[in-house]
Amino acid sequence: MKGPEGMNQKKELILRIKDIHKSFGGKEVLKGISFDVYKGETKVIIGPSGMGKSTLLRCINQLTFPDQGTIWLRDQEVTHHNLREINLFRQKIGMVFQDFNLFDHLDAVRNVEIALIKVKGMKKEEAREKAMHELKKVGLGKQASLYPAQLSGGQKQRVSIARALAMDPEVMLFDEPTSALDPELIGEVLGVMQKLAREGMTMVVITHEMGFARSVADEIIFLEKGKLLESGPPEILFYQPKYERTRRFLFKLTELYGDLNGKK
Amino acid sequence: MINLDFFLEILFPSLLEGLIMTMQLICWSIPIGLVMGVIIAIGRVYGNVLVSFFSKAYIIFFRGTPLLILLFILYYGFPSIGIYLSPFVAAVIGFVLCSSSYHAEYIRGAIQSVRSGQVLAAQALGMSKLSAVFNIVLPQALRRAIPGCSNEIIYLIKYSSLAFMVTCIELTGAGKIVASRYFTYTEVFLVIGAIYLIIVSLATKLLNILEERASFPGWENRK
Repeated sequence: MKGPEGMNQKKELILRIKDIHKSFGGKEVLKGISFDVYKGETKVIIGPSGMGKSTLLRCINQLTFPDQGTIWLRDQEVTHHNLREINLFRQKIGMVFQDFNLFDHLDAVRNVEIALIKVKGMKKEEAREKAMHELKKVGLGKQASLYPAQLSGGQKQRVSIARALAMDPEVMLFDEPTSALDPELIGEVLGVMQKLAREGMTMVVITHEMGFARSVADEIIFLEKGKLLESGPPEILFYQPKYERTRRFLFKLTELYGDLNGKK
Repeated sequence: MINLDFFLEILFPSLLEGLIMTMQLICWSIPIGLVMGVIIAIGRVYGNVLVSFFSKAYIIFFRGTPLLILLFILYYGFPSIGIYLSPFVAAVIGFVLCSSSYHAEYIRGAIQSVRSGQVLAAQALGMSKLSAVFNIVLPQALRRAIPGCSNEIIYLIKYSSLAFMVTCIELTGAGKIVASRYFTYTEVFLVIGAIYLIIVSLATKLLNILEERASFPGWENRK
């Protein structure tokens, strides 16, 4: 399932999520979530919509501030810092959004290089080279000079993955990266993500793509009603879940989004 | 009385002087007004409670007061609190205050129409909010604001004639002086009207070119 580095070695902690609580307008959407992510691991988070999955992901890179609880990146606490320090952490935590959020006024390569220049202070030529390298990695070397409006949904999402990867993050967060895509474009994005996982990238992925989860996830986390109901490796969660609720949810997903072998 | 000599020897020389003054007025007022407009708009959208309140008050006050009153206060009123402004400076300040309050609203609308997810994406890359506003939001918002701001710039070119009311002798003022001395109102104001029309047409052309230059793929279909 995993690349050579992913398993067997001594586990190296990348991300620790500890007792995260978050409320919006009196409604508690996260009620104390904790889990660890180790180097090279892919964690897939599933659960019904509106149950705080995205909020949880945004708490990790502090786009949303949790009310309670702590986030650790390696041995450093991410939470409770000033904005300047948070910006440093965010550089090490890549994020890919459901609706891409590409910068509309920049072509693909400039979408990828702008943070290298403005955030990392890289020289223009160096940033351009790095950006091109990342675009080629997601198979878009030829589309470098196209603007977001000229790209398909799948291409846009691959640019946004390249944009996040260019920062050389320690971990990548994916917030339903294929939910806004036409069915025939989902494969190209999942393909890139699968490749990343194989190459040993540490990833936390919210998705409904059970074929993907089955083939790359080291652990699946089932969130419901703001709580971590159940988690485990796909073999266990798919075939011997502890809770009837988990079984029913997974059954519905696989019915909707293809079978468990990763074929559509 | 009305012959070619009148136009060549009397009217055109004084109109030329007036025109130079008009050009100076608008060349100062347009850029300063725009910059102020951008600052006020950013303050209104992204500022804290105090800054946002100040920006709103600024817009309400300067958009809500007749420009002429503003000019009178600046030029005739301010000396009573010990501030003496030259006619030119008083006019430019008045124009900037008025113009910037209109620009601010056009730009605010444009800022708010940029999809907010892009700021989140920029922040997720480690960009500060300020950097995201300057590198991501403003380049798009300013493009979107071009048609509205163009409108305001064209207004400004025309209402620059009000400078004459605070004794800054620009195009209209220069013409008025000639017209009343030689009693040639029709001729003089027809010529002045034509000159404004030419300036505005040139400005329109330039602004259209700017709008075209600033567009990018995926942009044109928003027109």
